Amino acid sequence: MTTTFSHTIPERAAVDQSAHPTKLQVNNLNFYYGDFQALKDISLSIPANQVTAFIGPSGCGKSTLLRCFNRIHDLYPGLKTEGELLLNGQNINDKRIDINLLRARIGMVFQKPTPFPMSVYDNVAFGVKLYERLSSRDMDERVEWALKRAALWDEVKDKLKNNGQALSGGQQQRLCIARTIAVKPEVILLDEPTSALDPISTGYIEDLINELKKEYTIAIVTHNMQQAARVSDITAFMYLGELVECGQTDQIFTQPAKKQTEDYITGRYG
Amino acid sequence: MTERTMSESSPHLTPSNPVYRRRRLFNRVVMAFCMAAAAFGIIWLLLILFSLVTKGASALELSVFTERTKMTGGGLGNAILGSLIMTTLATIVGTIVGVAAGTWLAEYGGKSRLASFIRFINDVLLSAPSIIVGLYIYAILVLPSGHFSGWAGVAALAVLIIPVVIRSTEDMLKLVPNSLREAASALGAHRWLVVCKVCYSGARAGIITGILLGCARISGETAPLIFTSLNSNQWNFFDLNSEMPNLPMTLYQNMTINSFIPRQVELAWAGALILTVAILLLNIVARVVSERRKG
Repeated sequence: MTTTFSHTIPERAAVDQSAHPTKLQVNNLNFYYGDFQALKDISLSIPANQVTAFIGPSGCGKSTLLRCFNRIHDLYPGLKTEGELLLNGQNINDKRIDINLLRARIGMVFQKPTPFPMSVYDNVAFGVKLYERLSSRDMDERVEWALKRAALWDEVKDKLKNNGQALSGGQQQRLCIARTIAVKPEVILLDEPTSALDPISTGYIEDLINELKKEYTIAIVTHNMQQAARVSDITAFMYLGELVECGQTDQIFTQPAKKQTEDYITGRYG
Repeated sequence: MTERTMSESSPHLTPSNPVYRRRRLFNRVVMAFCMAAAAFGIIWLLLILFSLVTKGASALELSVFTERTKMTGGGLGNAILGSLIMTTLATIVGTIVGVAAGTWLAEYGGKSRLASFIRFINDVLLSAPSIIVGLYIYAILVLPSGHFSGWAGVAALAVLIIPVVIRSTEDMLKLVPNSLREAASALGAHRWLVVCKVCYSGARAGIITGILLGCARISGETAPLIFTSLNSNQWNFFDLNSEMPNLPMTLYQNMTINSFIPRQVELAWAGALILTVAILLLNIVARVVSERRKG
């Protein structure tokens, strides 16, 4: 898999950072699965209203890092996170943080679509009901709003009462995105959201990501380097649990600073 | 960092959100209730174990294991041996029949009417009172042969363990994903080979756990033995055609009709402790086996 870029755009490489303040700051993050250290001293910042892509070969720790951001690792015993994770400057890797609120503020969409075994409408309303008591009219509006934002409304508006699991794979994934947006989070984490989808559905989701970054901060893990190049503003390359390089996507794909990054994006390994 | 800045883009997602606060309070109330309920159950278990250990341990001595039961004094050796023989044989029979039937239900029977019927009957049998099983064996084995026997005891215990094994075998095989069956078939493996090599590998720990739990259950059964093996004060080394001594019935007799003899009551407590420890060990082994499956 070779990606070739014949031109560079140096002007865009030097984006004014003040336009995009840091949303998530990672400081010296280490993560352990029991004795195995999966993340080694990761430090990086994720700017608001930008798409940050994490790339790297399988097992490099990119999904592990993403799952640190909403502390979904806490569901399993024997896993340990060390270091700082700042959301708007507040350390969320702190036992005193209310984990449910944290996860409501940092939404997540998984690799395989995970619609709940209930109607399309109830799937979207599920998260909203956890934090808001809306009249049925307001809830209808919220569900419609979320489904429209997820570019799914036109396809499901006549089957809101149908089971969410009866939708196609691509629709299911957009339903999951709608469900995430409906809660009105600040950050959306996407863990290989299109790897189980066909190219057309993938196109829909990528357009959606571009649309969503106007309001949300997005972090995406992807195996597909063209996808990272297409949708992201910032790209982070990880290898064997370490952050090799992180910078403007254009720059990473055209003038990577490290040899390892260049080898990976030109398909020499991975 | 203040509350205001950290939630600027999602003002409703703060700890002061009323819906969330009510939910959190409800969560705590239910959690407290669950813990109280768990404590209530565990307290009784601990009390039972406490009285068993305090009353049973004082009567435990070597002669309990080496001497046979007598009208007064003696030990429990023959009863322990008899229980071991009958439980082991019933477990072997139950494993063979139960695993075979459970495999048929999960792998071949599917949703056919015969399979549904067998499944339903099995569920009924699973919850059948053990005394009724004992009466049934009494009617079909003991009455025609004219005498109580170890075989009848084995038969009654086997009838009790078979539904447990059928159920756990079927449930565990159903947990094996169909994609594995497809993958093995796609290599050209016969159906029976797919079941034996692939499905059993995945379900083995669960099936063994089911067998051990079933074994633990029948090792304490008393009611079915009253009608089948009866009890005996003599040593019985594998003569399954005559009455078999066993631990549960010895406990029952020592605690009721022989309760005027202090030593017999002490022996009953010792026997109860031995039985409980044996069942506890079986349960722990079952737990370890099923844990290893996850690891």
